[in-house]
Amino acid sequence: MAEPSPVTVPSPSDALVEIDHVVFGYDSRRTILNDVSLTFGRGKVTAILGGSGCGKTTLLRLIGGVYPTNSGTVRVFGDVVDAHNDEHLFALRRRLGMLFQFGALFTDLSVFDNVAFPLREHTDLEEAMIRDIVLMKLNAVGLRGAAGLRIADLSGGMARRVALARAIALDPELLLYDEPFAGLDPISMSIAANLIRTLNDTTGATSILVSHDVDECFSICDYAYLMSSQGKVVAHGTPKQLAASEDPEVRQFIRGEPDGPVRFHYPARPLAEDFGVNA
Amino acid sequence: MSEAIAAVGRRTLEVLRILGHHATFFLDILRACPAALRRPYLVVAQIHAIGNLSLVIILASGLAVGFVLALQMYYALVTYGATESLGLIVNLSLTRELGPVVTALLYAGRAGTSLTAEIGLMKAGEQLAAMDMMAVDPRSRVLAPRFLAGVVSMPILAILFSSIGILGAYVVAVLLIGVDAGNFWSIMQSGVDVRRDVGNGIVKSIVFGFICTFIALYQGYEAEATPEGVAHGTTRTVVISSLGVLMMDFVLTALMFSTP
Repeated sequence: MAEPSPVTVPSPSDALVEIDHVVFGYDSRRTILNDVSLTFGRGKVTAILGGSGCGKTTLLRLIGGVYPTNSGTVRVFGDVVDAHNDEHLFALRRRLGMLFQFGALFTDLSVFDNVAFPLREHTDLEEAMIRDIVLMKLNAVGLRGAAGLRIADLSGGMARRVALARAIALDPELLLYDEPFAGLDPISMSIAANLIRTLNDTTGATSILVSHDVDECFSICDYAYLMSSQGKVVAHGTPKQLAASEDPEVRQFIRGEPDGPVRFHYPARPLAEDFGVNA
Repeated sequence: MSEAIAAVGRRTLEVLRILGHHATFFLDILRACPAALRRPYLVVAQIHAIGNLSLVIILASGLAVGFVLALQMYYALVTYGATESLGLIVNLSLTRELGPVVTALLYAGRAGTSLTAEIGLMKAGEQLAAMDMMAVDPRSRVLAPRFLAGVVSMPILAILFSSIGILGAYVVAVLLIGVDAGNFWSIMQSGVDVRRDVGNGIVKSIVFGFICTFIALYQGYEAEATPEGVAHGTTRTVVISSLGVLMMDFVLTALMFSTP
């Protein structure tokens, strides 16, 4: 795999996706994203890293317009995402592909039909042409021979690759990956990482991947953001810059230390109070 | 006192919110129907899944109901020497009431739960979200074809239920008990009004098709994306559909048959 070239933070003119001072919560009780601003460079692979529940997947959903922000703007392809306008959203989504955490494949369709699904829905191509495109996409992920299989017959890694083939079926300009390495064995993980980088480079797309697998992400991404559990961006930079960071929170996450600025214990009452022991 | 009034107000607002949500969902499905009709193969596939695959239970139940109805009516009518009316009574009972109502209850149990579970699991597996992110509206692709299929299938199933029920009654009354076959059919023919009796029965089953399919889709689409959520959704589908059908049956019967 080619070593990703170091880059500086993309300027707004290079950006395909811009998240500007976004605040978001699913309800009024808890804020998930707390005034975050991120920029994703055109043609680059950018990773959003962070622990579980820090709002990484929520960010992807805001980019796809699944939810409206509480405040701030999300700009994709130069347009502000309007989550209330179905027509605008569908026009936006035709230009992007998303890989869901567990593939989200249609279990009533075969592998072939899953990959053909977006082509049949959005194009008037002849069935013979669709067949060729589907086999090419499956070939790109190494699963041309699995075209006739049922989804239930696939392993987790294969399902993720089929989902990737489906995500790139329409040659999207922007690819969103939600935890592409979660639950994969080391070989499948390496295959997935290689595919993300290779597809990005060969198609000229822009890729945003959300993950907590530091090593895999650093091996393929050009730039990375690290988010805290408070829904804030704590650091960003190239993998080398983040790896060399002296920031305690960055060091704890990258080295996988059990305790540090991110506490091991969930906030709780004092021990003595819970166990009825007088100090 | 003010607390009680506030509680009533909150409850009222909650009920209005739920009703509004149902209404919005229903309008969304109706708006998606033209797109589904442009791809009739999607609707046909669902008619197969909802209608064809429900045939066995509908036909078996219809036959059993016909058998029992004929026996019960015979025991009641023989006392008054009116067994020749048996065919007419069986027919009116089936076409006006039992056909549409029992078919709807069986449909809610067989096809309704299947729809709710299928859509609930699609939601839990992020398949609906994936479709949405592919710029494919799940309401047009998933909900509307199933809704149309349900509305089309229900009256056909009800007609088949009533028909097989009448045949069952014929077997018991004529072939086993020995009621005169000529009387069985001729009094039925002269006493049944096709528009008033059969037609209204079909209208009822169409309305029940709307109710049962809508409730099944709503419960699946709004189910919490967990195993418990899907289980609760399927239970609610059966309970709400059954109550809805029985209550609506009373309203429709009052409207359709208020004059002798």
